[in-house]
Amino acid sequence: MAADPTRQGFFPGIADATERLGRSTTGVIELMGHWAVLLSESLYWIVMGPRLKQPVRANAAVQQMMEIGIFAVPIVALLSATIGLMLAMQGIHALSKFGAEDQVVYGVSLSIVREFAALITGILVAGRSGSALAARLSTMQINQEVDALQVMGINPVRFLVAPALIAIVIMIPALAFLANIVALLAAGVFVSVDLGISLAAYWNQVFDSVTLGDLWHGLTKAVIFAILITLIGVSNGASVTGGAEGVGRVTTRAVVQSIVAILVTDMLFVFITTR
Amino acid sequence: MSPKSSDTQPAVIKVRNLVTHYGNRMILRGIDFDVADREIMVVMGGSGSGKSTLMRHLLGLETPTSGTIDVLGQDITRLNTVQKAELFKKVGVAFQSGALFSSLSVGENITLPLAEHTKLDRQTMDIMARMKLEIVDLAGFENLMPGELSGGMIKRAAMARAIIMDPKILFCDEPSAGLDPVVASALDDLILRLRDALDMSIVVVTHELESAFKIADRITVLDHGEILMVGTVDEIRNCDNSRVQNILHRRSEEQIVDPDEYLRRLMTGRTEQVTVA
Repeated sequence: MAADPTRQGFFPGIADATERLGRSTTGVIELMGHWAVLLSESLYWIVMGPRLKQPVRANAAVQQMMEIGIFAVPIVALLSATIGLMLAMQGIHALSKFGAEDQVVYGVSLSIVREFAALITGILVAGRSGSALAARLSTMQINQEVDALQVMGINPVRFLVAPALIAIVIMIPALAFLANIVALLAAGVFVSVDLGISLAAYWNQVFDSVTLGDLWHGLTKAVIFAILITLIGVSNGASVTGGAEGVGRVTTRAVVQSIVAILVTDMLFVFITTR
Repeated sequence: MSPKSSDTQPAVIKVRNLVTHYGNRMILRGIDFDVADREIMVVMGGSGSGKSTLMRHLLGLETPTSGTIDVLGQDITRLNTVQKAELFKKVGVAFQSGALFSSLSVGENITLPLAEHTKLDRQTMDIMARMKLEIVDLAGFENLMPGELSGGMIKRAAMARAIIMDPKILFCDEPSAGLDPVVASALDDLILRLRDALDMSIVVVTHELESAFKIADRITVLDHGEILMVGTVDEIRNCDNSRVQNILHRRSEEQIVDPDEYLRRLMTGRTEQVTVA
């Protein structure tokens, strides 16, 4: 076969790199399109399913809410308490250099409510439930269960994706809310012991510092993280090839992509909402 | 040999000039294929012959490059998702892996199509599930989870789910794959029983020769994406097509070469094990 003439130019490496960049760009656009279709179809079935006499399976959603939310309470509480304590320690340490330790509650409470509660919950659920979702769907794909659904005239998005989306979108903000309370409480215990202020005074300062808008800021991000985790888990699970090895590959990829997506989205969200 | 069904029975499946590609690779090369009413048609072929791809096309899971696939009088290549879902209520499929949902019990798996497509109450659905389980010799297993079943039982449960809507056509993908000969033979008997009891056409995709000869009314032999022959068991057994005989006797083409090719290989030093035709 004759060599590709475009590869024989002065800078063949540039042509290759440009081609790779083009392919990656179209790949990303294609993926975004796929996510958009998946999300729209899931929302369609959640809203229209009951009217079409094909409701989303409520018991599957409840079962997944237990898995994603209730069973994750201990680990979310542990991590949130740890984050709260760390923020209090670092805050007091940093502010003591300016003699402004009494301002620590302001910094800690805003950091937790606007940022860390949602972030830590999102990352935890991505690792715990996003991976499980990708593994479950990829295994079902390999075992021909998704084909079986299609042949039985059951829409796989309604049957598999919509319950997972409902469960994650409800449970991540709920867990983030719990993370807020636990992290603030843990920080409060440290601050009250270290600075010698009462817990009641600490909570008063927290409520003075944090507005309802700050709480919504954090919880809105939690909802966005939930949608990202679901879409990434599902799209990776559905794209599996190559048996058990493929399941491992897509599961790992789903976790990595979810965490990257959560962090980048968080940064963009903060940038947009603080301008 | 004509690929068309017998004139006495109307065809429930008619495939005409089916061509499909994966990328630049042609997988199915102009398949013409009929299945008559109440017929057991076995599709045979080695790995990579295109039999699984043909099955996926018959189930509407793949879109062909060209050609038509009539199932129960409707060309499924022209149907939208909703129309296809409606049509496939009259079709049952037992997948190779069973494809039972691991989070649902055997009973829930079997009643799933009923729960999705009918307004029957739970009690009626359970009675129907028990009836179908009885047909496949799995009575009393409805409360077990799929993980608690053996390979043969999973295939039987998959058959029970496939027939729960009393389909007109049943597809079985490699029903005896991975099973010991006794269990495989029992499944063959079950397929024969199902056809007689439920009055339906059955398409079986398999590479198990013994099984094919036992259950088939007619056999379609596929190789490299094209139909080599369609015929009754006796016609297939006695045919003089060397490629069909290679498949029946599990000889690879590499092992059988014509004399000229053998001489050429001798001269070029490629004298690996070959049989001169």
